[in-house]
Amino acid sequence: MTALTLDEQQQARRAERRKRWVAFAFVVPLLVFIILSFVAPIGAMLYRSVHHPTVAELIPQTLSQLERWDGQGVPDEQTLNVFTVELQALAKERLSGKLAEEFNRAYAGMSSVVKSSARKLRRESPELLAEQGASKLLAMHKRWSEPELWFQVKRAGQVFTYDYYLTALDMEVTADGGIQSREQAQIYRQLYGKTLNMALVITLLCALLGYPLAYFLANLPDKKANLLMILVLLPFWTSLLVRTTAWIALLQTNGVINSFLMGVGVIDSPLDMLYTPFATVVAMTHILLPFMVLPLYSVMRGIDPSYLRAALSLGAKPIPAFARIYFPMTLPGLSAGALLVFIISVGYYITPALVGGTDGQMISNIIAFHMQSSNNWELAAALGSLLLALILLLYWVYDRFVGARNIKLG
Amino acid sequence: MRLKTLTRISTLACSAVLFGTALSAQAEQTLTVVSWGGAYGAAQKNHMIDPYQKESGTKVLFEDYSGGIAEMKAQVESGNIQWDVVDVEVIDLERACSEGLLEEIPRDILPAGVDGTPAADDFIPDALSSECAIGNIVWSVVFAYNKDTIGATPAASVQDFFDTSKIAGKRALRKRPQVNMEWALLADGVAAKDVYEVLATPEGQARAFKKLDTIKKDIVWFDSWSQAPQLLNDGGAVLVQSANGRFYDAIRKEGKPFEIVWDGHVFDLDAWSVLKGTKNKEEAFKFIAFATQSKPLAGMSDVAYGPTRKSSTPLMDPAAAPHLPTAHLDKGLRASSEFWADYGESLGEKFNEWLLK
Amino acid sequence: MAHPAYYGIWHKLGSLLLKSSSYLVLLFLILPILVIVPLSFNAEPFFTFTEGMLRLDPAAYSLRWYEQIFTDPKWLLSIKNSFIIGIFSTILATVLGTCAAIGLARDEMPGRRFITALLLSPMIVPLIITAAGMFFFYSKFNLAATYSGIVIAHAALGTPFVIITVTATLAGFDMSLVRAALNLGAAPVKVFFDVIMPLIRPGVISGALFAFITSFDEVVVILFMAGPQQRTIPRQMFSGLREQINPTILAVATLLIVLSVILLLTLEWLRRRSQHMRGIEN
Repeated sequence: MTALTLDEQQQARRAERRKRWVAFAFVVPLLVFIILSFVAPIGAMLYRSVHHPTVAELIPQTLSQLERWDGQGVPDEQTLNVFTVELQALAKERLSGKLAEEFNRAYAGMSSVVKSSARKLRRESPELLAEQGASKLLAMHKRWSEPELWFQVKRAGQVFTYDYYLTALDMEVTADGGIQSREQAQIYRQLYGKTLNMALVITLLCALLGYPLAYFLANLPDKKANLLMILVLLPFWTSLLVRTTAWIALLQTNGVINSFLMGVGVIDSPLDMLYTPFATVVAMTHILLPFMVLPLYSVMRGIDPSYLRAALSLGAKPIPAFARIYFPMTLPGLSAGALLVFIISVGYYITPALVGGTDGQMISNIIAFHMQSSNNWELAAALGSLLLALILLLYWVYDRFVGARNIKLG
Repeated sequence: MRLKTLTRISTLACSAVLFGTALSAQAEQTLTVVSWGGAYGAAQKNHMIDPYQKESGTKVLFEDYSGGIAEMKAQVESGNIQWDVVDVEVIDLERACSEGLLEEIPRDILPAGVDGTPAADDFIPDALSSECAIGNIVWSVVFAYNKDTIGATPAASVQDFFDTSKIAGKRALRKRPQVNMEWALLADGVAAKDVYEVLATPEGQARAFKKLDTIKKDIVWFDSWSQAPQLLNDGGAVLVQSANGRFYDAIRKEGKPFEIVWDGHVFDLDAWSVLKGTKNKEEAFKFIAFATQSKPLAGMSDVAYGPTRKSSTPLMDPAAAPHLPTAHLDKGLRASSEFWADYGESLGEKFNEWLLK
Repeated sequence: MAHPAYYGIWHKLGSLLLKSSSYLVLLFLILPILVIVPLSFNAEPFFTFTEGMLRLDPAAYSLRWYEQIFTDPKWLLSIKNSFIIGIFSTILATVLGTCAAIGLARDEMPGRRFITALLLSPMIVPLIITAAGMFFFYSKFNLAATYSGIVIAHAALGTPFVIITVTATLAGFDMSLVRAALNLGAAPVKVFFDVIMPLIRPGVISGALFAFITSFDEVVVILFMAGPQQRTIPRQMFSGLREQINPTILAVATLLIVLSVILLLTLEWLRRRSQHMRGIEN
């Protein structure tokens, strides 16, 4: 082997660099596309979970007045006068509803107080309010004189906030600045727990049903295995909504299963199956089972059955032989399938929304609820960020142990 | 390496496709009108949408929603306006209007009644009381049962709705606090005239939730009025809440053995309004002016909803008269738009927490 | 399978158990889908078998729900939209995804692992998060509730599948073929279409099918972003299932099942072809 001259080395490096650029150039269009169409929107949403300028935009002067407030007792008269003037202006521009919503988030139950006060203030003259607004305000509702309210309003006036993450974790800031678990119902932590729990049950069910099936299929002669694989692949290729529809038809009060069971006399009155967590678990197991069977099958197909046969012929007992020799070889397929099923089911929305009823809802459904029904987009973003962090952690695990490149389809 | 050229060509191809896609997305000029679907939607299509399309030549996309202000709010606040005209329950109207989700509708777009009465005198006062909407129908939230399956003791009052020992079985309610809270207080013995006053106090709210607790495990929740007659039909629930017109339609058109209970009905108006920031504002006003003429309004009696113009009465189907909410006002409660404007949000939250408990 | 002699009675019992349970799981997979088909011919507006249907009375069956699909302007618009959005997003996803897969298959690709993970992430991130993010972001650029916006969104969701399938066909691909062709003086474009393309075509086509079905079946992004004018088949089914359940949905579902059978057969044919071309015997 002859040593390369310096010139040759340089040339080789340049060629290498050029090759890299060529490879990269192929990827650039998609990379730019995905960053603009997918990564940026999600990034913007994450930003929304910590950036919330609404209150600061609605009542800027009140907030600057509140700077002077020491947090003891009710803010001084001048502050409240300024507030009534701003509230009146908002009422005239039809923005008081928005402020009411913000106050209500900061301090529960304030929405009706703000709205009714705003309606009454509309009739007053601004000059009068600038002078005597405070006394009028305090007379309108006793909650205006609660110091805790003004503490929370001051907090809500901050443009950058981590409060939505606190809410998403069922925590709150107390008047002395400490953080504690919320006194009211622990909604979100419970819901995260339930979601993980359901995803785990679904994953286990998929493994329990999928493992033997994959083993059975993998040890069949090719022709027969290919034929039976159609029964796995057809559901895989069938629209998700079709499969969900099928479960609605099967599970509803007057559905196929209830009619059948009543027809043969097993039960007298129909069972409540649809709109329960049970329906969510069954339908999702059905939907995700192919994601378990396919990687298992492809791993098991590659295992030479003679290993097991050899062990058995050498006198090993079937069960230990299976557990020590065959099972470890299938672990890559099993972990790939299990992680995939778990990742997909943690973030599932459509099926729980349609068949889950009130108790069968998962974290995605509450995110959708805050997006579409309660319009608390910041909280939806915070809940979504937590879910995203969880998914990315799982994806990282998946990429490390299975390799994102090795995802198999069909 | 000549692969570079190849790269350039593929990039070019990629961007060409992008451009082509963008070009293909030309939007058609249409008016999107959103209402409640089902029997009511069918009546509106017959008497308002179709005649308007014919007369104006504008293509109308007639969509369903299941009420509430959330969807409108999401559209206005994100700047992604998809709806033009919306049929709003007055129970939600004041809130939507005070939160700046609706356009102000000028009164001078309204033509005189068919008998020549000027619009201002022709409409009942409630129909024009909000600057954001024009009243469309008078309707009622009632509950009904199936005569064939109810058994020996039919339901007669709102108390019976909360009495599972008198009438066993599931009750179906729309999943929101509106009307349900009122019913709970009525059933708990609060007089109709005091309902909203009591409901404005924390004690009154607790009282309503306590009453709802007594039937919580027997409640089937639904999201949209159109689901309700179906629930009664297939036995999903014994007592079902819905709009009076939906039951009326099922009884009259499909011959269903349903019986409406008018006791404690909560009557309200529905009104046409225009979503703030729509590009089709003028067209939307034109549609509303058309749809609230005497004749289209009279057509709403197809589903037993009362017209909001006095001049519509002679044009109505006389057979519908005893089934209109206005024939039962003494047994009912008028829904308070103002109360729900103030309390809609906080009670909505409490209600959701109560549901999850 | 013939059982060797050392298989005991327990083993036979075990394999019988395995066989029967496997068939039960297969039934669990396929029955719910097959149940829909006869139900869609129900003459009554119910989601269950009527007595007449069980007696095989012809009067209990009808095509009325199919008729309803093809006379209802909303369903017709949905069908049209589903195909328009599906086809455009498939083209976009396939072109971009194929280019990227070719780049990613090269060993010189810098940061390959991270970029691959990033490009495949639309498949992993929960749709609710994607949809929520896109709703705000696309609204800002007036892209929400437009065909272009939805095509772009769906293309983003479809590209990972194209990358995966094309990468799989490239795994056995010998880059020296390209070099040889270029050295022999072939134009790069010609090399692409004459040398690379025939070899990766099965991967490209099956990737395109995946991208199409992803768009065709997608409902969460549509639910958040699309306006009434961009209503698609799944969106229409979703609101039907939420609000007014009637067998029209079953008829649509049956048609979609037929479509997936066709897709499955196409893919199976492609798989055989790909194996044949690469000389792999299964």
